[in-house]
Amino acid sequence: MTPDVRVFVLDGNTGANRSTEGDGTAPEAGPPRVPSDVLDVLGQSFGVAAERGVRNRRQTWLDTFDWRLYRAGLELEYEHAARGGRLLLSKDEVPQAEQPVDNWRRDRPHLAEDLPAGPVRDRVVRLASPRALLPVATAAGPISVARLLNADGKTVAKLVVDHPAVTRGDQTVWLPARLTIAEVRGYPGQARKAARLLADVPGVGTARSSTFLSAVAALGLHPGDYSNSVRAEITARMPAPVAVASVLLGLLDTLEQNVDGVLRDIDTEFLHDLRVAVRRTRSGIKLLGDVVPGAAPYAPEFKWLGDLTTPTRDLDVYLLGFGALTAQLAAASPADLEPFRAFLTRRRTRETRHLTAGLRSARFHTLTGHWRKVLLEAQDSGRKGPGRSTSTGSWVLTADELAVARTARVFRRVAAQGAAITAGSPPEALHNLRKRCKELRYVLEFFAPLHDPAAYRKVVGDLKQLQDVLGEFQDSQVQREEIHALADAMLAERAAPAATLLAMGELAANLAQQQADARANFARRFTAFAGPAGQQRVRDLLARPL
Amino acid sequence: MNIYATYNIKGGVGKTTAAVNLAHLSAVDGSRTLLWDLDPQGAASFLFRIKPKVKGGGKALIRGTRTLDDAIKGTDFENLDLIPADFTYRNMDLLLGSADGKPTRRMARLLRPLADEYDNVFLDCPPSISLVSENVMHAADVLLVPLIPTTLSVRTLDQLSEFVADFDGHQPQVRAFFSMVDRRKRLHQDITAKLLAERPGVAATPIPALSLIERMSVERAPVTAFAPRSQAARAFRSLWAELA
Repeated sequence: MTPDVRVFVLDGNTGANRSTEGDGTAPEAGPPRVPSDVLDVLGQSFGVAAERGVRNRRQTWLDTFDWRLYRAGLELEYEHAARGGRLLLSKDEVPQAEQPVDNWRRDRPHLAEDLPAGPVRDRVVRLASPRALLPVATAAGPISVARLLNADGKTVAKLVVDHPAVTRGDQTVWLPARLTIAEVRGYPGQARKAARLLADVPGVGTARSSTFLSAVAALGLHPGDYSNSVRAEITARMPAPVAVASVLLGLLDTLEQNVDGVLRDIDTEFLHDLRVAVRRTRSGIKLLGDVVPGAAPYAPEFKWLGDLTTPTRDLDVYLLGFGALTAQLAAASPADLEPFRAFLTRRRTRETRHLTAGLRSARFHTLTGHWRKVLLEAQDSGRKGPGRSTSTGSWVLTADELAVARTARVFRRVAAQGAAITAGSPPEALHNLRKRCKELRYVLEFFAPLHDPAAYRKVVGDLKQLQDVLGEFQDSQVQREEIHALADAMLAERAAPAATLLAMGELAANLAQQQADARANFARRFTAFAGPAGQQRVRDLLARPL
Repeated sequence: MNIYATYNIKGGVGKTTAAVNLAHLSAVDGSRTLLWDLDPQGAASFLFRIKPKVKGGGKALIRGTRTLDDAIKGTDFENLDLIPADFTYRNMDLLLGSADGKPTRRMARLLRPLADEYDNVFLDCPPSISLVSENVMHAADVLLVPLIPTTLSVRTLDQLSEFVADFDGHQPQVRAFFSMVDRRKRLHQDITAKLLAERPGVAATPIPALSLIERMSVERAPVTAFAPRSQAARAFRSLWAELA
């Protein structure tokens, strides 16, 4: 019904307006005009009838904080309209799906799963959940359309001229004008012909990026620039203090990038990523902090920060997995657990208040401010190069020497603790091993740029499978114990109908079974990672740092 | 997907005019609309400035070597597409008769894949009672029957109603409406009043005989598009409000 998806997009920086394509960032006084030579060229082969009036289009692009749609090659656009609007999903500028939406607030984040039912939701919900879709950029500007007619006066293609602009501060920045040849269904050859003619107009070039990419560039944004992974640029011969400080600064950046999302409670992943950054920082201080002068005293403060975030995150995990939990019920009905869900939601509200108070506190700001200062000083003083440390007089290690020594040490601990676990070992033995495995994972990630990628992927892959089993074992136990505690709390608040308590009992029984299954899988996963072959893989990894 | 067929055994009673304008109004309402010009004369195609030509002809469509989807052309109006006429449609009876499966249900089967793409489909039928008519009746939800208010036209409606009532299987709803009505003619007034009183299913809105409607062939557009505030356009809007 809408013109065929085959749309030819060309940049409209014609000679009449600009001599070159430009980067679209130069502020201009008004929208660029469509040059008459474009219409003249098309007019040689088609009748050209300008549609009356110019309409204004406002587009807002949405993505998750970690650019999940962008990374998947998708662009999600909300097109404003007087009555309602619509969401348009495209991949490589080819429309994929669209759906109308009512009461959409373009300036607010929307959880992907809260999108109304429709083809766009179907395409993005699995990719984006549990994240929210945030407005990334807005462009607005006039659109005019000229119909291209055949000898019978029939419209066989359309020239759509789009003049989008973004607002940066108090400046309007006009993006490169876009001239699109839209196909009319059943007349593909005519659209191709029009596009060929347009491409030959002096000053008109094929569009190299979408309006979205032009808009974010004009706004100074860098799509894909956020990731929760460790991303310090370290090299093998770098002094170890510089490398470690760089890693820890990267983690501090990640931590701080997520604070606003936690305070505004945009989605649960902000807190998750903040907590991961805190955990990695704590492990970094514990395992490598001795090479960064002044780092060790910060360990208790980061423990405080981690503990501050735990209650809210635990409740998030419950609520995010609630559907999966209720799906396991055999005797009880999911409706029986609704009072439990309501109780968890109320608790989360309470805990979130406590968390946000902590993140707004002077203690938190002092911690991050002072920590950054310590790390920057370590970077500066360490840049003098490997040699004798000015403070201790001992030789300063290089990054690869430190990586090999510390990774080997942590691996030995994992291997020893895991080998000592038998069928009769208490659960705490597995919990402790899980902590050591996390430490090993982090130290591997910190120094990932120094390792052979293939060898690194294999070691981390096996480690991840072992961590999954240990995680399942511990999480099942913690959740089961928490269900008992929450049941007590609900009883105390008189918020626990009998059916709900029975359903919670069934959940606890299922969790006990999951824990038993995880325990049964432990030996196999541990042997795969830390058996003779696994040990050899780690030796190979550490013998060949890049 | 609702399928409307403008149909009458007689020719020259305003079938194409109704199909073109009602399809346009459906599209203006925001419904995704398709008009299939089944008449080999190709008047509806002409009015939308689309060549009355289908690649492979009616044979390719009926035998399924080309899908209807391939033959669809966008009109100059948002939400409105058209499957053009083709001169080979004059042999449509033969083509349908030689098709595999049940020949009377072929058209319904061809339209089925378009159900997700369109809200309303209009079939502009050639005048006759034939295998094409039976196909249309199997496919259509509503038969829109234009009637010039004359005694003979009333007989035609009777014949058609009996034909549909005796029809084996799917029976479309028959909705007649007065077409080319001349209010100055006493006979038109009498027959219009009588039929409206006696026959359920006859639309109250008459389409008047107006030169502006004849002008469609000059403008090559629906009157609802080139003269949307005219008496003719108002009549079609009122009729569409009754029928939709």
